[in-house]
Amino acid sequence: MIEDWKSYEPVIIPDIPNLHKIDVYEDNGGYKALRDILGNQDKWSRGEVTNEVKAANIRGRGGAGFNAGLKWSFMPEPDDRPRYLACNGDESEPGTFKDRSIFEFNPHLFIEGAIIAGYAMSIDTIYVYIRGEYIDWIDILEGAVQEAYDKGYLGENILDTDFDIDFEVTYGAGAYICGEETGMLESIEGKRGYPRIKPPFPAQKGLWGNPTTINNIETLANVPLVINNGAEWYRSIGAEGHNGPVLYGISGNVNKPGVYEYPAGMSVMTLINEVAGGMRGGKELKALIPGGTSTPVLRADQLDGVTMDANSLNDAGSMMGTAGMVVMDEDTDMVDLLWRITHFFHHESCGQCTPCRDGTGWLEKLMLKIKNGDGEIKDLDLLLDVTTQMEGRTICALADAAAWPVRHTINRFRDEFEARCKKSVHAVA
Amino acid sequence: MAELSFTKEELDEVERLKAKFPTNKAATLRVLWLAQEKYGHVKPDVQNLVADTLELPRSHVHGVASFYTQYYKEEMGKFVIDVCTCLSCQVCGGYDMLHHFEEKLGIEAGETTEDGMFTVKEAECLGACGYAPMLQITNGVYVNNLTEEKIDKVIDNLRNGNMPEFESMVMRQNEKRKKAVSE
Ligand SMILES: Cc1cc2nc3c(=O)[nH]c(=O)nc-3n(C[C@H](O)[C@H](O)[C@H](O)COP(=O)(O)O)c2cc1C
Ligand code: SF4
Ligand code: FES
Repeated sequence: MIEDWKSYEPVIIPDIPNLHKIDVYEDNGGYKALRDILGNQDKWSRGEVTNEVKAANIRGRGGAGFNAGLKWSFMPEPDDRPRYLACNGDESEPGTFKDRSIFEFNPHLFIEGAIIAGYAMSIDTIYVYIRGEYIDWIDILEGAVQEAYDKGYLGENILDTDFDIDFEVTYGAGAYICGEETGMLESIEGKRGYPRIKPPFPAQKGLWGNPTTINNIETLANVPLVINNGAEWYRSIGAEGHNGPVLYGISGNVNKPGVYEYPAGMSVMTLINEVAGGMRGGKELKALIPGGTSTPVLRADQLDGVTMDANSLNDAGSMMGTAGMVVMDEDTDMVDLLWRITHFFHHESCGQCTPCRDGTGWLEKLMLKIKNGDGEIKDLDLLLDVTTQMEGRTICALADAAAWPVRHTINRFRDEFEARCKKSVHAVA
Repeated sequence: MAELSFTKEELDEVERLKAKFPTNKAATLRVLWLAQEKYGHVKPDVQNLVADTLELPRSHVHGVASFYTQYYKEEMGKFVIDVCTCLSCQVCGGYDMLHHFEEKLGIEAGETTEDGMFTVKEAECLGACGYAPMLQITNGVYVNNLTEEKIDKVIDNLRNGNMPEFESMVMRQNEKRKKAVSE
């Protein structure tokens, strides 16, 4: 548990006006990490940068929580093929709205982190893929990228060394599945965002068949902090095994929703009651979705002592996901909520795999029936049965992500679902 | 109907977009966007223009255009209002906001007003959950923390040709920034 959170000073989005401008960023220590690395390549060999980031244990902020440095180490040795870093700014997981704060308030921290990642993995071109709806934030990022080119942090002979890297910003046009990493690669290649069968993994065959690593925007924004302050410092922030600063996106029925930066491992109740100002209108807390729609909902009585890190959330029966916390009060209708979630996944399934395409369709259809008061108790069991048919049988994890909320919401709020169903006409044997 | 075409300037922009990628195909999404900005939609003849400009099979561009929801495959109202009713917005009254639009404009979600001014749609999460309920206007500006009164104002303003301005949502922890933004 983080005791001293009140004195925590944000480092991903520090309280510095106009930090999105490169001069202000530089005046506040910006691009120092990159300068240190390129100025002392004996100390900071490419392998050493990767090792430091690996030791820091930056757990991927895109949802899966995988150690970023470890992922970088999966890239094959350079050969004559081009190498890519694809930065995932699709941010489409419902409940998630934090990467856009980085684009708006501290884009250079992310750009610097991506360049350092590019150095560590001998990348030729960095692509940033952003959801098309974020056009205003895309403009801000493009402005920052141009500044970085003008100042010689990007392009050829960066900071007068023989290190070159290109940086391209591009964007989608509305499709959740393009947040799935291989769906994103297809979209960058100008196609429909159909996820790819793995293996081969992107490190072997990614963009245009070449070695590619995918990281989330917030993940990369942590990299300069690790280089400047060391892996040990980074590991000392937050929870054991799940450390570093986290952008918590708190939404729903709280008084002060928004993005907050605090260490990983914050107490859930502290975040709701103190950070986010408590429940709106003095209502009772009913449930929490801790990290975006795909993470299983927790009942209020399951939240005692729970902290926002992988271990604690796993023990409680959920996951960290994107740390997009959706807080729900006593008036929330869990049947309506779950129907809307099933509608989302049915809408967003790309349709390549039968269990996902048909399964998400069934989930939505059954939930609509129950929501409209036409459901029967046996439909609840059918729903649970459909979720087991969907799991682990598909190209990507969208099918799992659609199945989990159904299973856990029904199991954890079973009374509410049964109350909406028609009473069985048969006597109980 | 006259043959569709890009101007010299637009073709320069196409070249700039193509240069971002090692293949022409990769520029498909970006050139579809360019075309939609010009024509207001990407109906089949516009898709063909994109395909021919990039020297790609028309079937490819058609497949891409139909896959992504932000491309308008038919003509829309002058203003397209995407009201988010997904997770956090649902919890914070997103459907009430959508219904207010429907009542006020006399149409149902998915329809366009008779004067061609407004199309209202239901949207999936737009990544502004902390500022729910919210909407987006014609793939552009976000309007946050909606109320019925705020919606009435937005409609009046749009009728008078005034687009809402970009609203910066500063982290509540960032006191100095908030001050700088308000000044
Ligand atoms: C259906 C689906 C949607 C996803 N959407 C996103 C997204 O919007 N943004 C993101 O960063 N990762 C998303 N991911 C996770 C990515 O596949 C990938 O794990 C991540 O971008 C890797 O970056 P990280 O290791 O830095 O977290 C999604 C995964 C799935 C299965
Ligand atoms: S699991 Fe669903 S979203 Fe993923 S590839 Fe299969 S059909 Fe598409
Ligand atoms: S749920 Fe409406 S913006 Fe995320």
